[in-house]
Amino acid sequence: MSGLPPYASTGQRVWYYTFRVICGLIFFFLIAPIVVVIPLSFNAQDFFTFTPEMLRLDPEGFSLKHYRDFFTDSGWQAALWNSVRIAPVATILSVSLGTLAAIGLSQDHVPARRAIMAILISPMIVPLIISAAGMYFFFSRIGLQGSYWGVVLAHAALGIPFVIITVTATLVGFDRSLTRAAANMGADPVTTFFRVQMPLILPGVISGALFAFITSFDEVVVVLFVGSAGQKTLPWQMFLGLREQISPTILAVATILVVVSIALLTTVELLRRRSERLRGMSPS
Amino acid sequence: MTDTAANDGFVVFDRVQKSYDGENLVVKDLNLSVARGEFLTMLGPSGSGKTTCLMMLAGFETATHGDILLGGKPINNIPPHKRGIGMVFQNYALFPHMTIAENLSFPLEVRKMGKSEREAKVKRALDMVEMGAFGGRRPSQLSGGQQQRVALARALVFEPELVLMDEPLGALDKQLREKMQFEITHLAHSLGITTVYVTHDQTEALTMSDNVAVFDDGRIQQLAPPADLYEKPQNSFVAQFIGENNTLEGVVTEIKGDTCIVRLDDGEILDATPINVSKVGERTKVSIRPERVEYNKDRLQEGAHTLKAEVLEFIYMGDIFRTRLRVAGNDEFVIKTRNAPDVDRLVPGQQIEIGWLPSDCRALDA
Repeated sequence: MSGLPPYASTGQRVWYYTFRVICGLIFFFLIAPIVVVIPLSFNAQDFFTFTPEMLRLDPEGFSLKHYRDFFTDSGWQAALWNSVRIAPVATILSVSLGTLAAIGLSQDHVPARRAIMAILISPMIVPLIISAAGMYFFFSRIGLQGSYWGVVLAHAALGIPFVIITVTATLVGFDRSLTRAAANMGADPVTTFFRVQMPLILPGVISGALFAFITSFDEVVVVLFVGSAGQKTLPWQMFLGLREQISPTILAVATILVVVSIALLTTVELLRRRSERLRGMSPS
Repeated sequence: MTDTAANDGFVVFDRVQKSYDGENLVVKDLNLSVARGEFLTMLGPSGSGKTTCLMMLAGFETATHGDILLGGKPINNIPPHKRGIGMVFQNYALFPHMTIAENLSFPLEVRKMGKSEREAKVKRALDMVEMGAFGGRRPSQLSGGQQQRVALARALVFEPELVLMDEPLGALDKQLREKMQFEITHLAHSLGITTVYVTHDQTEALTMSDNVAVFDDGRIQQLAPPADLYEKPQNSFVAQFIGENNTLEGVVTEIKGDTCIVRLDDGEILDATPINVSKVGERTKVSIRPERVEYNKDRLQEGAHTLKAEVLEFIYMGDIFRTRLRVAGNDEFVIKTRNAPDVDRLVPGQQIEIGWLPSDCRALDA
C-alpha cells in the first residue's frame, strides 16, 4: 500500500486499515438514506419498499409515475410554486442584509461587534421550534402571521447567519488597501463597493446565498407556525404527505431536491476554487 | 527642530497633531511645507508618525488638530476620493480581478472619461513604465518589479499633481530597488509632479529626494536636502539615524563662537563645532563620520585634532576598509578608508593616532 511506510509497525498497519473502515462506515451512514430513496422513487408500485421486480432490475418494476404525479397534482404544484415564490425573495433579503452586516462587522471601529454578531447568528443556534414560536407570537401582533411576507421575513432571518458567516470568512482575506486604492483613484464608496469589494467577496456572497436558499427551500417548522394554507411550501406538503397519504411521490420530490442540492453545492465548490485562484493572485 | 510652515507651499501641514486613542499623540505639532514639483521623503523608524502623516494627506486618517492644505486650500473636510491625489501602496494594491489595463483604466472610468481617451491614456502610462505589452495580463501573472511599475503607472495615469508613495520598493530585491529608485525619481522630475515618499530606508531617502524630513517620536527632527542631512545633522538622533556615525560622550567646557571644547568622559580634550549645545557644563554627544577620520600622518590636515586609538578589528569590504577602533574608551569607533594602493591595512592590536578637523566633529545634544 502506498500510504504505509515500510517501517510501519503492526499497530500502525492495523490502525491504517481500521481508520479506513471507520471512515467508510461514517460515509455509509450519511449517504445510505439518500441512496435508498433515489431508486425507490422510480418504483412502479405505490409502496415504500423494493418490489421483487425492482430487485431483479426488471424494467417493469420501474416507472416515472411518481414524477408524473408530482408534476400534475395541483397540491404539489401549488406547494412548488409557493416554495419558488418564497425562497428566492428570502434569499435576496438574507444576502443583502447579511452581506452588509458582515462588512459592517468587519470594521474595527464598530462597538460591540461580537455581541451584535452573536445576536445575528442566534437563529442558527437557538432551537428552531423556539424561533418559530417566537416569530408566531410576534408576527401575530403585527399582522404578518399567515402572510406571504411573514414567511419571507422569517426565512430571511434564518438565512442571514449563513450569509454573515460565509461573507465574514471571505472578508478575512480581503486586503483593505484595495478599497483605499479605489478611493484614492477617485471612486466614491458606492462605486468602490460594487467595482472592487463585491467582485472579490462574491464567492462568499454566493455560497451564503445558496445556503440561505436551501434553508428556505427545506424549512418546515417555521413555515408551519408563521404560514397559513396560502404559503404551503414543498417541505410542508411533504410533511403532510407523510402523515396523510404515504405516497411515494414524496420520494420523487426528495430525489428532485437532492439533485437540485447537488447542483447548487457543485456551484459552490466551483466558486470556491475560483475564489482561491483570485486570492492566489492578490500580492500579499 | 521643525521648520515653520510657509503658507506658499503646495502641500502644507500646519501645526498638525494626531492621536488614535485621545491620549497619546502619534504626530506632535507637525509643520511642513512642500513646494510644487518637489520630491520630499519622510524618513524615520517605524512608529515615528511618518506613515500616519501620509495617510492624513491621502485622507484615510483625520488630523486630530491643525490643518493640512493642498494648493492653499484646507483639505481636512474633503473625503479621499475627492482629493485627486495619486498613491502607490506598499503592497501595490492592484485589483486582482482586473487586468493591468483595467486597473489603469479604473481611475479614468470613475472620472467619466470617454473610451478612446481612456485607452490612449492607459497606453501612454503603460509605455511610460515600459509595461506596454502587459495590458492584458492579470496582476498575479507579473513579477514584483512589474507589479511595482504598474502600481506607479496607475497612480500617474489620471495626472494627479501630487503623488504619495508608501514604502513602494520595500518588497523588491536590492538591484531592482536601486533601478526603481532611479526610475521613480526620473519620472517624478520629468513629469513635474510633487511627490511625498515614505520610507525607512535612508539610502532611498538620500538618493531620491530633494528634501528629506527625518521623523522621530511624532516630530520632524530635521528637514534638509540629503547632503545637509548627512553632513550637517542638527541633533544626535539624525546623526545616528542617517549613515554610520561615531559618538563620543563628554561635557562642554568652553564655547567660543563656532568652536567649543569638550572634555570626554575619559578626560581627553576635543575641539568640536557646537550645533545644539548652548552652555558650558552641558553634556554632549560628539559626532564624527567614519570617513572623515584619518590615521595616515602625512594626510592629516593642518589644525586636525588627534587622539590615540587601538585597532580592534579590520574588515575588508572590497571598495573600502572598515576598521573598528577603541577610542577614548569607546569600542565601537569605526573608520572607513578607501581601498587605494597607498593605504596601510591596519592590524588588530596596533596602536595608531587618528585625527579629524574640528569642523567635521559636531557637538550635539546628549
